[in-house]
Amino acid sequence: MNGNRIKNALAVGLALVAGGLFAQAPVTISYMNFSGAGDMSPNLTKMKEAFEKRNPGIKVNIETFAYADYFTQLQTRAAAGKLSDAFELNYENFVAYAKRGALLDLASVGADTKGLAPKAVEAFAYAGKQYGLPESFSTVLLFYNQALFDRAKVGYPNSDWTWKDVQAAAEKIRALDKTIYGIYQPVQFWEFYKLVKQNGGSLVSADNKKFTVNSPANVATLTNIVERYTKSNVSPTSAQMGGVGDWDLFKSGRLGMIVTGIWAFNEFIRDCDFPWDVAVEPGNTARATHFFSNGIVVSKTAKNAKAAAAWAQFMASSNEAANIRLDASWELPAVTSPEIMAKYTKAPVPASRWAVYESLNYLVTPVVIDQNQEMVDILNQQLTAAKEGTKTPAQALSDAQKDLASKIKL
Amino acid sequence: MNRTKPGGWAQALPFLLPSALGLLVFSLLPLGASLLLSLTTWDGLSVLTSDVVRDTWVGLGNFGAVLGGAEFWRVLSNTFYFIVLYVPLILGSALAVSMLLNVRRAGVGVFRVLSYIPVLTSWVAGALIWKWILSPEYGLINDLLGMAGVQGPGWLLDRTWAMPGIVLTSLWKDAGYFALILLGGLQGISPSFYESAELDGAGPWVKFTRITLPLLSPILFLVVTITLINSFQLFPQIMIMTTREGMAPGEPLGATQVMVERIYTYAFKYYRMGLASAWAWLLFAVISLFTLLQFRLQKKWVSYDA
Repeated sequence: MNGNRIKNALAVGLALVAGGLFAQAPVTISYMNFSGAGDMSPNLTKMKEAFEKRNPGIKVNIETFAYADYFTQLQTRAAAGKLSDAFELNYENFVAYAKRGALLDLASVGADTKGLAPKAVEAFAYAGKQYGLPESFSTVLLFYNQALFDRAKVGYPNSDWTWKDVQAAAEKIRALDKTIYGIYQPVQFWEFYKLVKQNGGSLVSADNKKFTVNSPANVATLTNIVERYTKSNVSPTSAQMGGVGDWDLFKSGRLGMIVTGIWAFNEFIRDCDFPWDVAVEPGNTARATHFFSNGIVVSKTAKNAKAAAAWAQFMASSNEAANIRLDASWELPAVTSPEIMAKYTKAPVPASRWAVYESLNYLVTPVVIDQNQEMVDILNQQLTAAKEGTKTPAQALSDAQKDLASKIKL
Repeated sequence: MNRTKPGGWAQALPFLLPSALGLLVFSLLPLGASLLLSLTTWDGLSVLTSDVVRDTWVGLGNFGAVLGGAEFWRVLSNTFYFIVLYVPLILGSALAVSMLLNVRRAGVGVFRVLSYIPVLTSWVAGALIWKWILSPEYGLINDLLGMAGVQGPGWLLDRTWAMPGIVLTSLWKDAGYFALILLGGLQGISPSFYESAELDGAGPWVKFTRITLPLLSPILFLVVTITLINSFQLFPQIMIMTTREGMAPGEPLGATQVMVERIYTYAFKYYRMGLASAWAWLLFAVISLFTLLQFRLQKKWVSYDA
């Protein structure tokens, strides 16, 4: 009798201990990313800690790679069927993974897009399914050196400015000194897709079925930006740059304006010893501004899909993650909460920080297709030929059109 | 008489296995896989199964697409431009360095170490330094040319001069390595040949052309074969010096696009692993052809008499 009691007690005890152990055994999810590389690493760790505090049953195992290596890593793992449970994708690479069925429809695990910027949410949907949640987005602004504007006696850029005003200001600033330049705006795909929209053009037809790269509006757009280098020389040629980076040129006080991303804020605040500010990028016949976004997706083969989706949700829409992001000036959280927006615009430098939110009214998304990088490289090669003066803008765009039509399936 | 009887395969197998396994897993299987992939349009993203191979099967379509397009021939001509400049210059410079290293004087050991340092330097570090050396406005070479009253070219920014810039960097990096191989050959030549020639009144030039070059020809042949194969496999210099993030690789305007760079770009940037595999096999064919040609030609200039 006693023996039975002891046995029963032992069995109950063991069951309790085992039950307790299993109930508390945390689920570990793997997360692969690029945006947390370098300086941002401690901020990603803070987000992980906040998430794990809120979700004691889930542990996040973070793997971070530099952007240059990230997509090769990802591709190799995808081919081996060993993708992380959750991973980061930028908007440009999202389609390739969504189209190949590598991602989980997040609606199936209860993901919620409420409170997230609609444009960013839309960017991570494919064929009617929400395969990713946007964690951050960023845009491009016109940054300007107020000291050079004052020296050249030119009024500061404002929301009414057009390409003509930019050119006039750039010429006056260029006239200050032979080592001072008016404006730097790279001649490459990620600028061009937006510039053509500012001039009423587009790289593809309205139904996305054919390329319209060499339309008259696009040729005029390319001519305008190329002549900054080849004719008025308000922009420094590659030889004049001599290996100096565009940000370094601005920080050295030798550049009146630069069109670049808001991710430059931290570095410019730290390194510029002259007053500077920002404005929404001027257009020509229309306004159009950049859209970049990073999102978190869950692998279709994730072992712990629900936990991985919870992590994606936390990174995208929680106030904790948004605040950590804002405190670190780590791009812009994709949440539309008024408190977060107010916190972002409250920072003193640059004074016109509100321009970030204003520019969101004119966002245009780049064409994103299956053969995206190939398309970008074909266009970049021809745009560089026009910039270097080896082809006229019309010839370069005509060659790009031919090349794209023969190599890229839309 | 106690003779050790050869054990045959059973005895050799444990010794052969580690290397054979490595060869099988890391060379032969990937080779076979790449040949199979070159007949498909596999994207390198989806998990490779027999169904995927069947669905993406194009037969020789990838080879037709590569050989039928202008890109292959343009890229091949870029590679030949590199070879035409690099191979004679590396042979000349490595031979010159090896002859200097072969002099028996005090301090030559220091010179031997110094000449080998570039070989030990990582390609990334070396190429970044050379990017600065070749900078049109702030670079060392154009500064020196400027002092001599010569306007330097745009080097890596100029379609004509970008490849010579890559050649200069490669010479700096490789000369020490090939000089060391040639030094081995030079030290294998018996001094008695030179002594006899001197007794017959031969000068330095005659000794060089009639003794050094013929006796060194087997080593020179080895060096030519290696440099040619290396030239077709040109890659790190291009990725570091003329490929910028966000721009088309092999700038300017594709002037430094070469075979291996194309393989990498198609496989890992454009997600076209099938096409990249076809490029890889075409590269193999080109290298094989030239190596075969060299072996045929060697009879005319390589002397194994010594």
